Amino acid sequence: MAEDDGHDTSGFSRRDFLRTGAAAGALGTALLTGEAQHPSTAAPPVRHEAGVELVGPGAVPMSWRINGRQLQATLEPRVTLLDALRDHLELTGAKRVCDRGTCGACTVLVDGRTAYACSILAIEAQGLSIETVEGLGTPERLHPLQAAIVAHDGQQCGFCTPGFVMAAKGWLDRRGHPGGHSGGHPGDAGTAAAAGGAPTAAELHRALSGNFCRCGTYAGLRPALLAVAGAGKGA
Amino acid sequence: MADYSWPEVASRRLIGKRIARLDGPAKVTGAARYTYDVHRPGMLYAKVLRCPHAHARVVKLDLSHVERMPGVKAVVVIQGEGSEIQWALDEVAAVAAVSEEQAADAVRAAAAAVRYEVLPHFVDDYQLDKAPSTKPGESQSVGDAAGELARSAVRLRRRYGLPRVAHNCLEAHGHICEWKDADHLATWSSSQAVSAAATQFGEGLGIPASNVEVHGEYMGGGFGSKFNIDSWGVVCAKLAKQAGAPVRLMLDRDAELTVAGDRPSAWADVELGALADGTLNAWISSSWGSGGLGSAGSPPIPYIFEVPNMRHRHTAVPTHTAASRAWRAPNHPQACLITMSALDDLADRLGMDPLQFFKKNLPLTGPRQRFFAEELAVADRLMDWSRRWRKRGSAQGSRGPERTGLGLSMHVWGGRGHASNCDVTVYPDGAVEARLSTQDIGTGTRTVVAIVLAETLGLPLAAVNVRIGDSQYPTSGASGGSTTVGGVSSATRRAAVDALALVLAKVAPQLGVSPDRLEAVDGQVRVKGEPSRALPWKRAAGALGVSPVTARGTNPGPGDLINSGSAGVQMAEVSVDLETGIVRMHKMVTVQECGLIVDLQTAESQVYGGMIMGISYALSEEKVLDPITGRMLNVDFDTYKLAGSGDVGELVVQMMTGPEYDRRGVVGLGEPPVVSPGAAIANAVANATGVRVPFLPLTPQRVLDALAAGPGGPAGAPASAARRS
Repeated sequence: MAEDDGHDTSGFSRRDFLRTGAAAGALGTALLTGEAQHPSTAAPPVRHEAGVELVGPGAVPMSWRINGRQLQATLEPRVTLLDALRDHLELTGAKRVCDRGTCGACTVLVDGRTAYACSILAIEAQGLSIETVEGLGTPERLHPLQAAIVAHDGQQCGFCTPGFVMAAKGWLDRRGHPGGHSGGHPGDAGTAAAAGGAPTAAELHRALSGNFCRCGTYAGLRPALLAVAGAGKGA
Repeated sequence: MADYSWPEVASRRLIGKRIARLDGPAKVTGAARYTYDVHRPGMLYAKVLRCPHAHARVVKLDLSHVERMPGVKAVVVIQGEGSEIQWALDEVAAVAAVSEEQAADAVRAAAAAVRYEVLPHFVDDYQLDKAPSTKPGESQSVGDAAGELARSAVRLRRRYGLPRVAHNCLEAHGHICEWKDADHLATWSSSQAVSAAATQFGEGLGIPASNVEVHGEYMGGGFGSKFNIDSWGVVCAKLAKQAGAPVRLMLDRDAELTVAGDRPSAWADVELGALADGTLNAWISSSWGSGGLGSAGSPPIPYIFEVPNMRHRHTAVPTHTAASRAWRAPNHPQACLITMSALDDLADRLGMDPLQFFKKNLPLTGPRQRFFAEELAVADRLMDWSRRWRKRGSAQGSRGPERTGLGLSMHVWGGRGHASNCDVTVYPDGAVEARLSTQDIGTGTRTVVAIVLAETLGLPLAAVNVRIGDSQYPTSGASGGSTTVGGVSSATRRAAVDALALVLAKVAPQLGVSPDRLEAVDGQVRVKGEPSRALPWKRAAGALGVSPVTARGTNPGPGDLINSGSAGVQMAEVSVDLETGIVRMHKMVTVQECGLIVDLQTAESQVYGGMIMGISYALSEEKVLDPITGRMLNVDFDTYKLAGSGDVGELVVQMMTGPEYDRRGVVGLGEPPVVSPGAAIANAVANATGVRVPFLPLTPQRVLDALAAGPGGPAGAPASAARRS
């Protein structure tokens, strides 16, 4: 499939572009290859021009490690990680809302750090460890964070909720491992007051500050996060 | 006649308790499939070519080259050559392609090939005297307003107002359309009106409504903007037909903000007067506001208080903008901000604590005054108002340049349950299912239906299934105006009572009594007063033999289960930085009644949500329309600023419960708590700073302008970013 067409996508001629573009949809179906497949076998075909590596603009095979599984799809290099997840890998928990890195509805964890999937190209995300909300819990077996959000009703229409879940997950992970992923990254809410203990109101707000909700669920999200962070009371 | 009345408080196991929403686990795990998440085999992606001008004629539109582009499978012209476009980002044409990127390429190519004749436009609804045309709205006159105003001991004349805001649903408007054959359509629609959507698709496409099935199991927010399938619903179906494949058409964010949501503005010149003892005596006002090209109704000014001598008229200002839509509590936030700001200013001029002023004038609020009196007392306690309130501009707790202040407001809403049907089926194996084509727009509708059903049948929540969000189920009303909870809870109650009666009739012989001596409690059917004579529910249902039984419940219907008219009060505490003009929320209290509460937790969530949405429009939301281009400038989340978690302060909700409220029956709740925040917060800012900021949102610039003008200063213009340029 995708691999066979590899050399065709290496040219910029209009004819090749048209042909590859037309094929992209048909090839958009993702392959679940399990643990056996090594990412390098699906590496995109690369062209060198003036010392710069070039791929595309036609669809090229890509591969990611998502929720511990190796997934593949053949996509144009301009496709975002968010659209790859949602439209090609059937992982629709991350939502497309602003599509420009403001609202947080598409939040996923990339190498343990919260990231907006709409602002990363799928092709860039290869080789990184990606965790989406689907990797956390299922409706039958909720992650404690998810159970707390349900119990405190930190959701209404629910469209922003997976983004909040992943932002909160990233925050909790950093709090638990102050020396770990955070590493003084300025966006990390947990660094100052990390290593367990009750989060301050300000820390809690910072943890949620990368995400917007229109229904107004912050009042339920705050106590949910407090409960999971091991505090229980306060703002 | 069967007794449909709500069970007595003492015997309720579920109704009125704090119960987590049943679809919470599906939502929090990403398992819930919204329209935007549905992926049909072979599905194509649609993009829309939109007119960049607020008013223009399409002079040339040739899309033949677009049809030949890679991946393009369908092209539909929506407004072709000769069409007059009436607002920016209105639709000209749409394409469907194999990938969304290809569809975007095609729309870019189409945009380069279309030519417009640009026509004059008008978008600045504040400039009443510059409007090319106006439309008279409602007018009212009671008593001798001018004469009594002249005789009032204390008088005030001021201008107040608030701009348009967007609905900004996080799930954009849109559909997925798939033709099952030449004249049968299936859609997945982000809709507040699943039943009505089938009819709308039928009308728009010229096929029988019965040939359309609409799915809307989960939807990502509507707030009044998703009652219609919209022009793009029909376009999506046409693209799908032309391409012979399912098509997804979801709006991009700039279109979502510009054309798919708009709460009309309201501006008003108000004169009012009171007797020396603080009795509100006279009111004269004229208001105006945007309404798209049509009219958006008239805000009910003066709000709540029936001033004995009043005169009011409203004028709609047509603008070249997409039609306004019902925005949570249509026209109430506008009327509330204008009225409660004026009353607060009058109380200040009287030298009265506004709480005392509002209490004194409660007789003017009619039959709800008793609720208001109780709620004001509760709010007073929760905010510690009476002890902490200080005269305007002399607030305690000032710290450096920061001043703290308190403000209050009150609101009402109707919220009578809409027309709804519900089928309850009991299967011989004991399975129970409710089906109704209502929708859960985030309010907890699914959970409410399950609570009523399980309560009525004496079963645990986990033992009942609720199926909603499909137009093929019994018809149910649109979710708007806080009408859903009354409609679905009463229809479900009636269906469940009747379905239970069918089961009891079958099982009665086995227990050797007449059916009227049986009750369903604790997972059993048993003889009343003789708990030992009982059958487990499954065995009781087994008496049905091989055929399930189904009962249909309707609203309206027999029995007194619902009511209309809710009352609530809100108090806000803010601090204002006099140097930067930044307003910070400290605390907000809502005391709200809504009759009998079905699920206390989701009811409270509605109130929290209304407060947060209200804080958002009070502090930062405004559709900034550029008078030069006629376009909305802030079409993304960076510049159309919603309140975040850190912006809302401490939130306190107190629902009024007890026999007096209980007896009223179920009353809707979605709208009321979003009405008062603008007024309560604006009044708190006036209390903190000593000056009135006359227009929302209370941006730092507007606060600084008001401080510069001083307490008696002119209102000036709302001075949005566009107007200053």
